[in-house]
Amino acid sequence: MVINRRGAAVKIWISAVVCTVAVLGSSLLFAGPKIQTWETPNGAKVLFVAAPELPMMDVRVVFDAGSARDGDKPGLAQLTASLLSEGAGDWNADQLAERMEAVGADFGTGSARDMAWATVRTLTEPKALNTALETLSTVIAKPRFAAADFDRTREAMQIGLRQSEQNPGAVVSKAFFATVFAGHPYASHPGGTQESLSAMVRDDLIQMHKKYYVTRNAVVAIVGAIDRKQAEEIAAQVTAGLPKGEHAPGLPEVALASEGVTEKVAFPSSQSHIRLGQPGMRRGDPDYFVLYVGNHVFGGSGLVSLLSDEVREKRGLSYSVYSYFNPMSQAGPFIMGAQTKNAQAEEALTVMQKTLQDYIDKGPTEEQLTASKQNITGGFPLRIASNRDIVGYLAMLGFYDLPLDYLDTFVDKINAVTTEQIRDAFQRRLKPDHFTTVVVGSSEATPGG
Amino acid sequence: MRRIIWILLLSSCCSVVFAAGEVHEFQLSNGMKVIVKEDHRAPIAVSQVWYKVGSSYEHRGITGVSHVLEHMMFKGTEKHPPGEFSRIIAANGGRENAFTGRDYTAYFQTLSKDRLEVSFEMEADRMRNLILLPEEFAKEVEVVKEERRLRTEDKPTSLTYEQFNAVAFRSSPYRNPVIGWMNDLDNMQVEDLQSWYQRWYAPNNATMVVVGDVEPKAVFALAKKHFGAFKPEKINGLKPSKEAAQRGMIRVKVRAPARQPYLMMGYKAPAVSTAAEEWEPYALEMLVAVLDGGSSARFARNLVRGQEIAVSAGASYNAFTRLPSLIQLDGSPAEGQSMADLEAALLAELERVKKELVSQQELEKIQAQIIASKVYEQDSVFYQAMQIGMLETIGLDWRLGDEYVDRLKAVTAEQVQAVAKKYLVEDHLTVAVLEPLPMEMKQPMSQVAGGSRGH
Repeated sequence: MVINRRGAAVKIWISAVVCTVAVLGSSLLFAGPKIQTWETPNGAKVLFVAAPELPMMDVRVVFDAGSARDGDKPGLAQLTASLLSEGAGDWNADQLAERMEAVGADFGTGSARDMAWATVRTLTEPKALNTALETLSTVIAKPRFAAADFDRTREAMQIGLRQSEQNPGAVVSKAFFATVFAGHPYASHPGGTQESLSAMVRDDLIQMHKKYYVTRNAVVAIVGAIDRKQAEEIAAQVTAGLPKGEHAPGLPEVALASEGVTEKVAFPSSQSHIRLGQPGMRRGDPDYFVLYVGNHVFGGSGLVSLLSDEVREKRGLSYSVYSYFNPMSQAGPFIMGAQTKNAQAEEALTVMQKTLQDYIDKGPTEEQLTASKQNITGGFPLRIASNRDIVGYLAMLGFYDLPLDYLDTFVDKINAVTTEQIRDAFQRRLKPDHFTTVVVGSSEATPGG
Repeated sequence: MRRIIWILLLSSCCSVVFAAGEVHEFQLSNGMKVIVKEDHRAPIAVSQVWYKVGSSYEHRGITGVSHVLEHMMFKGTEKHPPGEFSRIIAANGGRENAFTGRDYTAYFQTLSKDRLEVSFEMEADRMRNLILLPEEFAKEVEVVKEERRLRTEDKPTSLTYEQFNAVAFRSSPYRNPVIGWMNDLDNMQVEDLQSWYQRWYAPNNATMVVVGDVEPKAVFALAKKHFGAFKPEKINGLKPSKEAAQRGMIRVKVRAPARQPYLMMGYKAPAVSTAAEEWEPYALEMLVAVLDGGSSARFARNLVRGQEIAVSAGASYNAFTRLPSLIQLDGSPAEGQSMADLEAALLAELERVKKELVSQQELEKIQAQIIASKVYEQDSVFYQAMQIGMLETIGLDWRLGDEYVDRLKAVTAEQVQAVAKKYLVEDHLTVAVLEPLPMEMKQPMSQVAGGSRGH
């Protein structure tokens, strides 16, 4: 109902844009929040930031249990995470939901390629806090995986797959990952396939849970109006039912395709959805800040990016056009994306390719780099302005084993990037001749189709 | 389940439950309202300018003009050429965007607090000095059409929603999509935007809301400096709009390429500004929370689990709209369940609310959720500003938000039952069904792997 100029519906903005933690003062303008870290008695890593202003707390428990761990059973990680809240310990799904909602707690579980997670947001008033934590702790340690819940949730995922087949954006994304990461665990769709889900049995989930939902494979991130001592108790309580287990083994490295691949998928839509790219970088990559700033100039800064200027502002070809690196445990993708009416797909693709090639050849100008640095560093306080933002950072830092001064040194690292470094890194890292290009749209009008 | 929480949040407002900052209100002599809420938790501020104009102000032939104009507001003034607005905000570390709804158009920047003046200067400039260049318009309207294709044309559930509204309302402007009908976008002229801009973009039709680590007096001074010199305009308001009575249930079928059927239902319902009794809209909010206020509410418990008849089922209602709108239900059938069974199951849940009083336990649970959400929403300066701006712009007082929790807490089980009986009546029902057509293309799929270079 609300139309937003740039992409996501406005409610997504509301959930994404936010507030606080008053550790920032003018003398500490570029310091991040004060992060404390320790291990629970049974071996889970904890990251904690005290945020005393609002009587609430966010806890996010992440496990190295994303779909990269699906093996030959695509969809397993997602089904496992979904079922956590469908029954655990003494409680069925109704009772779990009732417990959380009766105290106003927000609770959720989910998974992506690298991580699976359970999160809770609760008031710190004792009854709410205790109920929410007791429930969270039970959900991650003692899921029931009951047969009826298993069947229902699996069917919901299968219907979800069907729904995604009617969405050209989902179709193009799935095809892009399948090709860029062919042969790697990142290739398969986290939602699985109709066949893989049909073949799954309850014991698959039990095994997945047993192996990966363990403290050595977990990070607990906490932000809220509690002190260190309380946080220690909370972290211990949340993870108390988990065995120590072992950290999941490292994922294989991602290889660049030996040659470029172009796929055209016929789809009954008025627009063609375009994705092109290649494996990009991992978290902690030595080129991280250079590629991040370089991409900010190129396609990561919304309407003022070079890519948006060429495709949208100068030519009116697409509403949403962007590029980004998605750093993951192993090299996540570098993606360029846009959608345009079918007849213009070839033109849009050509403009995107040419804009990238020019950028790889020449790199940014000093002015462009300065503008991006100003945006990133000037906007630093916005990145850590809410408890929600901070708990997200904590989980990310803990999961990917990044240094705890990541936020404190962020601005300096951005400021140190030079035009020459960007040109060099883009030339070394991006190989358009090896790109995967996927166009999903009406076959009569897709380029060359 | 998520959806209803948002409705609750969207329709609630600036709380004083916990340590919420004080709100200061101020009016410039030209009629522009400035509302400032202090929130000193982070050294940032959000600044939003809200205009009383949106798709419900539009007449036949120009649907979508408010939204296209919103896009064009980034396309330059005498002082700043096209695109420079965004570049200046970006160079100051800001995030910016704008949004258009049925009842409002709003522009915002989130910035480090010491850059607030940049946003005031730019917003003031484009409030009065926009230059609508035909060549920029020609490109931007194409961008908007691409947006429409992305959001609606190629999304079967959005198409269903659009068709649903088009028949649910007869004379109410809520029948038109915010983004506009494609035909109207095809025929839109830059002159349409020019007159729309002149008609609605004036200080006395705007509210500025600032929330963040700011000092109210300093913000007022800034507003006076940048907006104070503007002359007020005579705003020729809209004629009253009253939806003509619906005299019987309406059904619409939407046939589009899709894989999964989808059901939408809506009953006519009053808004805060039009309700016969003050408590009715709040009772309606409680009613939809009983049905769909989370995973323990009736739809999730009885229809998704329980009977396993729906893979998803939702209920929503927004009390804070300029004109009366709908209590909406939607859902998608579980595997092996028919659309007729899903519809019957949704209706059975409504019947139950009409027949049996909601339990005290259910009401208390919803109150706990609302009280908690009032605390959680203070984690976002953007959201706090949004609530104030939205209430003001639909013609209500932002203070109404302060009373929101208390008003909901005052709702009794009898009142929930009363609004259920009064408004969930078949003659005022509209039902839309998405009937999937095959997605297979007439021509065989061409899938070429390898070979041609992506370059």
